[in-house]
Amino acid sequence: MITIENLTKVYGEVKAVEDLNLEIRPGEIFGFLGPNGAGKTTTIRILTTLTKPTSGSARLNGFDVLREPLKVKRAIGVVQQHISLDRDLTVRENMQLHARLHHLKPSERKQRITELLDYVELTEQANQIVEKLSGGMKRRLMIARALIHRPKLLFLDEPTVGLDAQTRRRLWELIRRMNLDGTTVLLTTHYIEEAEALCGRVGIIHQGHLIALGSPLELRQRLGLVTVETMSNNKDTHYIYFPDRTAATIYAQGLTPEVKTIIVRESNLEDVFVELTGRKVGDD
Amino acid sequence: MVNILVDSYSVLWEDLRVLRHLWQRFLITGLVSPVLYLAAFGWGLGRGINVEGASYLEFVIPGIIALTAMTSSFNGAGMKLNVDRLFYKCFDECLMSPISPLSLIIGKALIGVVRGLISSVAFLIIAFIISPTLTFSPLFAVALVVTCFVFAFFGVFAALLAKSHQDMATFSSLVILPMTFLGGTFFSLSQLPEALKVILYIIPLTHSSQCLRAVTLGQPFPWLSLLVIVGFGLVFFLGCVLVLRRASV
Repeated sequence: MITIENLTKVYGEVKAVEDLNLEIRPGEIFGFLGPNGAGKTTTIRILTTLTKPTSGSARLNGFDVLREPLKVKRAIGVVQQHISLDRDLTVRENMQLHARLHHLKPSERKQRITELLDYVELTEQANQIVEKLSGGMKRRLMIARALIHRPKLLFLDEPTVGLDAQTRRRLWELIRRMNLDGTTVLLTTHYIEEAEALCGRVGIIHQGHLIALGSPLELRQRLGLVTVETMSNNKDTHYIYFPDRTAATIYAQGLTPEVKTIIVRESNLEDVFVELTGRKVGDD
Repeated sequence: MVNILVDSYSVLWEDLRVLRHLWQRFLITGLVSPVLYLAAFGWGLGRGINVEGASYLEFVIPGIIALTAMTSSFNGAGMKLNVDRLFYKCFDECLMSPISPLSLIIGKALIGVVRGLISSVAFLIIAFIISPTLTFSPLFAVALVVTCFVFAFFGVFAALLAKSHQDMATFSSLVILPMTFLGGTFFSLSQLPEALKVILYIIPLTHSSQCLRAVTLGQPFPWLSLLVIVGFGLVFFLGCVLVLRRASV
């Protein structure tokens, strides 16, 4: 679905993305995980034709982003990180604009808009000026809008930033539903639980490089499925990884009383990230 | 070709819809400046003065129409695009749509033309009531529409380059505002020294004023000036095309 080869983007002195190589398969939900500034948004901007790469190439649905941008644009739907709606227009008008720009016939437009507003549960707000909607509603509208032209590939850049837990869960369900309906999804996030909840495969990005690739389970298996966190008198937390609970428990039982706190838990993608980079995902 | 027109209309449609929601505000604010200029200069200052064989009032009205067309078209196209790009950030939506960059430019300029024409015509009606001796012809409409296009493209160009709202405001103060006063609008260029005349004739607005004034005062039409404004329009249009080709907008 997406083939990225030696993709590099340089801004002056800064290498935002360096030699990225990646294949994204049709029908999967793929996640870019990494802290802010890692290069996720830059990569998305290149894939969605908003930014030109310094070198390397990217092909979406068989079309090169530089040579055939119009064909790429027809195949993709994009939900950006920031709200990108026209706030002076109503919900319906924002949808109508997208439908026009994507060459839907007038009869098709009406039906598709009604269908999608229903899909994201915004039918009641159809004639409301966007300015007046809540953050979650705006996000749902952006997703509905991106789906109007039935894209094969949907980009979601940090889809649940700033949303409360309930809204986030609803969005996750919506994303899973869209994927089951056949849309390939590429999302970026810095939320570990989001990557683990949604993604079939995850690519961990750090300082413009892809440093790990695989399903959440595979990545955790490489590290060790169980983590033992220990905190001693000097207040530093140490993390040690074991392939299973048995090994972890044996280790925990062998610790001296100096160790004040012992936590034995399932490892997660943040552990993977920390071990690979020496930093937590949330650090900037 | 048809596609480009259809897509330009789609781009325009968005801004027309916004205009529909907010038209009263735009109409009123668009009229404040020209009416004030008319009152202060045409009536307050210019009563009893004659310029180039006409009363000052008759002289200044086409100048004010020209500057109204300029500022309304420039702001109509430029400000909305500037806000869409940097604040609302919904210009990316247009950039990611399967439409030609030409449609984007034309569509974004068209709202400037629409607003320029609305403001100019509204002022024209007021001016005609005050000075019914003004003459009009189809050439007036042509010159007016061309002027609106030229400054609308200029507005799009400035908005695509601006990195902040302050950039747009600075550009307006340094380029649009001086043009407003020096572009053959409030005083005749015929009495100025050659060197100064040459500089002022480089300003596109000067040519617009000359064209509009020639029609309303029944003087021979300066075809060369019309050609010059069209030339400026092409230059600004090309500028927009080049800016959109950059690595990222």
